[in-house]
Amino acid sequence: MRRALLIASPYLWLLALFLVPFAIVLKISLSDIALARPPYMPQWHPGDGLVALGEFLGSLDFENFVFLTQDDLYWKAYLSSLRIALISTALTLLVGYPIAYGMARAAPEWRPTLLMLVILPFWTSFLIRVYSWMGILSTEGVLNQFLTGLGLISEPLQVLNTNTAVYIGIVYTYLPFMILPIYSALEKLDDALLEAAEDLGCNRTEAFWLVTFPLSRTGIVAGCFLVFIPSLGEFVIPSLLGGSDTLMIGKILWEEFFSNRDWPVASAVAVILLLILIVPIVLFQRSEEKAREAAK
Amino acid sequence: MKKTPFMSLAASLALAAGMAGAEEVRVYNWSDYIDESLLEKFEQETGIDLIYDVFDSNEVLETKMLAGGSGYDVVVPTGTFLQRQIAAGAFQPLDKDQLPNIANMWDVIEKRTATYDEGNAYSINYMWGTTGIGVNTGKVAELLGDDAPIGSLALVFDPANMEKLASCGVHFLDAPTEMIPAALAYAGMDPDAKDEAALAKAEEVIMAVRPHIQKFHSSEYINALANGDICVAFGWSGDILQARDRAAEAENGVEIAYNAPSEGALMWFDQMAIPVDAPNPAGAHVFLNFIMDAQNMATASNYVYYANGNLASQEFLIEDVIGDTAIYPDAAALENLYTVTPFGPREQRTLTRLWTRIKSGT
Repeated sequence: MRRALLIASPYLWLLALFLVPFAIVLKISLSDIALARPPYMPQWHPGDGLVALGEFLGSLDFENFVFLTQDDLYWKAYLSSLRIALISTALTLLVGYPIAYGMARAAPEWRPTLLMLVILPFWTSFLIRVYSWMGILSTEGVLNQFLTGLGLISEPLQVLNTNTAVYIGIVYTYLPFMILPIYSALEKLDDALLEAAEDLGCNRTEAFWLVTFPLSRTGIVAGCFLVFIPSLGEFVIPSLLGGSDTLMIGKILWEEFFSNRDWPVASAVAVILLLILIVPIVLFQRSEEKAREAAK
Repeated sequence: MKKTPFMSLAASLALAAGMAGAEEVRVYNWSDYIDESLLEKFEQETGIDLIYDVFDSNEVLETKMLAGGSGYDVVVPTGTFLQRQIAAGAFQPLDKDQLPNIANMWDVIEKRTATYDEGNAYSINYMWGTTGIGVNTGKVAELLGDDAPIGSLALVFDPANMEKLASCGVHFLDAPTEMIPAALAYAGMDPDAKDEAALAKAEEVIMAVRPHIQKFHSSEYINALANGDICVAFGWSGDILQARDRAAEAENGVEIAYNAPSEGALMWFDQMAIPVDAPNPAGAHVFLNFIMDAQNMATASNYVYYANGNLASQEFLIEDVIGDTAIYPDAAALENLYTVTPFGPREQRTLTRLWTRIKSGT
């Protein structure tokens, strides 16, 4: 009995926190918009009986999904989100890897402090940190004042309200999620392997690419997924730092839900977003499993 | 009688229950939209606990109303949103016998709000205002000369003007229901038109100046104008007046002016209403009656710099508010203000789609 409960608990977790909400969203995505509370039809309540349930199921359809294919806005928004998420992930890796490498190579007594410094920004609200970027990047902001003060530029740079600002925001926000897994992979690295590589004739650069980098691969993969998945559906950063022409699916979802009051279409957009995310999530789990097996 | 630990526990439980039973009113209003001393005054006068929450977009409020079970007793939607929410069955009719102060209300405003709420059966007016043009007078004069048309829609819809203004920054409201009527008014058409030909014309007007618009946003322009980051914003009257005052306080050399466009300006109304599932409708009526008190309403307007729909409050308004034609337009200017009706679901979808196209080019 206890064993059954133990095995069942992760599934119960999955059921309560993922499958049930997903079923509700899926159900709404198959219904139609209505001027009512809540604003969609048809509805079925457990007290209505089975005949009503039959009628209810019969009136659901895939109309909203068909609608999404008829307007190029939606696939353009999905593609644009994918592009922004991919570029941001690559940039985060470029910035995060050297930091993680430096931390792992630092003297052991320094490492806890460095680790603390990476985590420290989380103590301030995420929203306030994004707002402070608005202060840094605006035309009259710190960055422009600094650059004009040095005489490097004569006209202020327009960074805020562009895609560049979105990249900066995403890289800044998700950097710890990239650094931590890479650091934990690099920290485990045995120095004897590097010595062996040098003994066998590698210079330091070759030793890095032949030994260090491949051995940190699991950390890189984990870090990339941890950055890519949330930035794909990102809403706050593009709406605060991005311009009006920054097209991301999170914003489209907001507009369907709040501006159009079209819960069914909004739910359909969400269902498809989830389907897109399932591919990288499954890949991520595969690579985790492989890593676990390799470690055995 | 000896007091046992059990009895003191029972006594404290009873006390806690009594406190939980104290009457509460939950109010959901726009952010930065009331003089907070009024909240304390309400609690002192009525003995009712007031729980006051804020929001910053009609869409967020509407979603809560349509989902139901918001737990609020008083909410403050704008007229066009109110009308649709009444149709969806989100509000309960007011019991005017519980609202003696309703006699203070201003018939000029009530006549206009009746287009959204027939007979004003579900709501009372809290504040009203116009949508218009805020300019950084110094920078605009520098770019367009001293005779720049700062009181005309031509300032923001004539590409020749916008091309010159682009370098110092122009923001538009990210609200198609505000911007499309303005574009139609500029084109000399009915601002309330919703047919496809009219919407296409409005799109053409905005697209002609689109390359020169830095951002569509509904609140950032307050700070951006005040700091001198941008020099023109198409926005809400009170917000632009707030930017004017912030700049004056900061003494940063930025001077802001607000004008309701001479071609006609959109007039909007924020209405207080009681959700159909309000936990304490009686308390909600007490709150509405308190707000409609002439002195209280004047206190609120004197703080937020918006006009209200309460005639009796006018004698208590400070000169900065009642004497400013940007807040209380004179009779002739009032004639120049127009109102619009809500979009139906299909029209709304066309509108949102058009708006996305304007903003993102897709």
